[in-house]
Amino acid sequence: MDNILSWIIWIPIIGMVAIGFVPRGQQDLIKKIAAVTTGIQLLVAVMIWITFNPTDGSFQFMERAEWIPSLGIAYILGIDGLSLPMVALNALIAFLGVFVSWNIDRAVKGYFALFLLLDTGIMGVFLSLDFFLFYVFWEVMLLPMYFLIGMWGGPQREYAAIKFFLYTLFGSVLMLIALLALYFACGKTFDMLLMMERAPFALDGVVWWGMSAIKVIWVLLFIGFAIKVPVFPFHTWLPLAHVEAPTAISVVLAGILLKLGVYGMLRINYTMLPDAVWWFAGAFAVLGMINVLWGAMCALAQKDLKKMVAYSSISHMGFLLLGMAAVIAGGAANGSNLMAAQAGINGAVFQMFNHGTISAMLFILVGVIYDQAHHRDIEGFGGLAAQMPVYSGIVALAFFAGLGLPGLSGFVSEAMCFIGAFPVFRTIVIISTIGILLNAAYFLWAFQRIFFGKLNEKYTGLVDINRRELFTVVPLLAITIFLGIYPRPFLDMIKETMNVLIDQVVIVGGIAGIF
Amino acid sequence: MSNLQSLSLYWPELILSGTILLAIIIDIFSESQQSKKVSNWVTLGLLLTLIAVAITKHSPTTLFMDTLAFDPFASFIKSIVIVATILVIVISRNSNEFKGYHTGEYYALLAVMVFGMFLMASAIDLIMVYLSIEVVSLMSFILAGYLKNNPRSNEASLKYVIYGAFSSGIMLYGLSIIFGLTGTTNYFEIRDAVKALDGSADLALTIASVFVLAGFGYKISAVPFHFWTPDVYEGSPTPITAYLSVAPKAAGFALMIRFFNQVFVDGASLSGMGWSSTVSFSWPQLLGIISVITMSMGNLVAIQQSSVKRMLAYSSIAHAGYMLMALPTTSSEGVFGIMIYLVMYLFMNLGAFFVLIYVIEKEGGETFEHFNGLGWRMPIVGLVMTIFMFSLTGLPPTVGFIGKFYLFAAVINAGPAFYWLAFFGALNTVVSLYYYMRVVKAMYLTGEPSDVIAVPSFSMTMIFLLLAIPSVVFGIYWVPVLGWVKESLLLFVQAL
Repeated sequence: MDNILSWIIWIPIIGMVAIGFVPRGQQDLIKKIAAVTTGIQLLVAVMIWITFNPTDGSFQFMERAEWIPSLGIAYILGIDGLSLPMVALNALIAFLGVFVSWNIDRAVKGYFALFLLLDTGIMGVFLSLDFFLFYVFWEVMLLPMYFLIGMWGGPQREYAAIKFFLYTLFGSVLMLIALLALYFACGKTFDMLLMMERAPFALDGVVWWGMSAIKVIWVLLFIGFAIKVPVFPFHTWLPLAHVEAPTAISVVLAGILLKLGVYGMLRINYTMLPDAVWWFAGAFAVLGMINVLWGAMCALAQKDLKKMVAYSSISHMGFLLLGMAAVIAGGAANGSNLMAAQAGINGAVFQMFNHGTISAMLFILVGVIYDQAHHRDIEGFGGLAAQMPVYSGIVALAFFAGLGLPGLSGFVSEAMCFIGAFPVFRTIVIISTIGILLNAAYFLWAFQRIFFGKLNEKYTGLVDINRRELFTVVPLLAITIFLGIYPRPFLDMIKETMNVLIDQVVIVGGIAGIF
Repeated sequence: MSNLQSLSLYWPELILSGTILLAIIIDIFSESQQSKKVSNWVTLGLLLTLIAVAITKHSPTTLFMDTLAFDPFASFIKSIVIVATILVIVISRNSNEFKGYHTGEYYALLAVMVFGMFLMASAIDLIMVYLSIEVVSLMSFILAGYLKNNPRSNEASLKYVIYGAFSSGIMLYGLSIIFGLTGTTNYFEIRDAVKALDGSADLALTIASVFVLAGFGYKISAVPFHFWTPDVYEGSPTPITAYLSVAPKAAGFALMIRFFNQVFVDGASLSGMGWSSTVSFSWPQLLGIISVITMSMGNLVAIQQSSVKRMLAYSSIAHAGYMLMALPTTSSEGVFGIMIYLVMYLFMNLGAFFVLIYVIEKEGGETFEHFNGLGWRMPIVGLVMTIFMFSLTGLPPTVGFIGKFYLFAAVINAGPAFYWLAFFGALNTVVSLYYYMRVVKAMYLTGEPSDVIAVPSFSMTMIFLLLAIPSVVFGIYWVPVLGWVKESLLLFVQAL
């Protein structure tokens, strides 16, 4: 059990090296290695989940090793209730992603090697507690993503890949500047635990060109993370990248990569610059509202099914931003409504996880129909319900989860976000609820156009979802239903960490507070 | 130190001189086809010189009546120059470009150029500054035009001569103004005299330093003294292009670091103490603006190139801009950052050019189209080129990121007055991604997986790996480089 976090990060690299030694012809062997590697990783993740102590809100399974001592860089890993669900989700999505990719036949070796490298990069971001290490993993993740979209994607893949890369790199370099500023302010250390202690006070009252240093750093970090989320107006890379990426990569993109932005904000912005949360929460709520409505309206207008699902992601991330803004309800100025703060933050993290499972499921299902019909035009189908009964049943459930039907997990987390934000941002929440209606509209409308009506002559040859595809969807569906009915096990895992986070914002942010 | 005493610390240069003379003699007595013999000899001589540089230890001092400084910093720059030269000699032997030319004196000229850069690395006297720059320039003119039968190479050489003569003329004028104001050519005496002027001749000093900057800027190809760069880089034999983009640049930065940190500042900052400026005009701001313009211009024009060679030429302008960013901070961190960057830049830039040389040879051209599908056909070449491109962009885990990281750290550490530099540097990194990725895109995103795979010859593979492996390894664990640079960050400074 020693170094279990290192294992979960580096296991995919072992698989990648193994794949490197496989002769080029043996595609099946390569796929099996990838499946076994991610399978082991999933088992390790389950082990961590079981042994994780939910009553402790601080970091567990800590690992620490020197790296570049003269610069204050160390190899520090740790896991808490915020990263635990993300690690589990990533392990699951990576494992399923290998099976979703089973049909890849072009340059198989390169594909799976890059896929595993991506897996390592993502795990590393979630588990590193050294800001430098965090940044390195953050960037390492971009490289395989560029190739995976650019080499195995759709017709516009080259443009989509470079756009994705440029956008995220723009965010990263701003983050690098913020990182260095924090580094010098905190006494030349990249240890995130130390930075969380020192940063809120170190920058107090520092002014750069007439602006508070805290605000400047906050905004730099925010832009860096907002591009990943994506928050309006930094979202334009997302529909393109999603549509052009191969199915499995869309799944990883929607399921995990978008969460990295939110994770970064909660891990870094909220803990290191807690007083700026007070200053920015209003903007969070407004941006969340715009995301909800803008994403939903764009989704409504889409003709391409995959694009519709991509825009629905933007809309869903908006709910989450509302939940994050709710943290200030815990402040004295807002009546110390800790219940609302807890509901909001827990809801946001829960929504991260739920969106991960639901959107992954939606993208897999889009991929299933695309593999057979070779197009995703919503209007181009019709009457598939009779032709593919099992498939349409599963899509129905997935769409219901997407639109937030009670009884499925998405409903619980969205409701929590709203409940949390309502006391502080009443008007914004009320307007945002229109988004729920719009969500229902485009999902149901798309469902109707694809599955009901007269069967299109062209598609009498379509066969129902096969066993491999079922295998990739059913686990996600099961989680969605289970957490929809009984969310306690999940919420219990994260609760204590969220309380620590809220304390950091409300109490530390309140003491240091200059706003 | 007196002249005779100085010789005891000067024997790396003596070995080098002997190498040059013997190379010429060997060339005379050998068949014209046997120029390999000369290159062997020069390589051996350079290796001996490198060893001599490494083992000649003495506390920082001056040589030859205060015209040259002897300090770890000079040895550091000298080592970089020698390593770059040896690599370029090896690649020149493997290059097809020199087929049909007698290359004996080519290697001898390279060695002379090394000698000039040795002087640049340690010059602390205006006369020596001028002489060393001229030695390097004259050799570069000849080497750029080495392909006598190639009109582009001739053009490169001619343009280089004209720009070179022009900018060294301007620099000489600037130097003479400084001499006129202070009555001395020695850096430290100038500094004292400038301090004694106490701002009464600020206009003259500003003009003089802008003129001097023309000479320095020309060597490191900073905007607006860069106009020769693209044409010369494009026309020169590619090994020479690679060489010009690394070695003289390192020597040029050494000159600039010494000049600005010892003439205009009391020099205390280099020993880790607070510094004070001896002049009142704001040369750090001037250098900062030049830095931002240099990197932006280099990057924006690089985007529009269709030839990879030209693209790399402009990209090297941009990299000079990044390094210049740390100079105005006048801190030891800034010099440290530049030194780290020079080491990292050596690997990634030479690597990129060497791959280009190989591609020109195999594919017959240097445009982006010639890189199409390369990653599929030549996996090793594609992989190492990808590493170099990522590294030049500055993405972890490669050396390019570590270099940029130290530059940015130096700038941020220097305080809010310099944050705008970091901001522009960061934006430029994003811009540069676009054109570096064009190479990667051509190599992998266009073209189909192919069954026929070409593997470069053993010696080429070794050269590629020799540059690509450190590009990644030092990107993950760069303590060895750090230690070396830290030891070398010791400049000869005379107290005010």
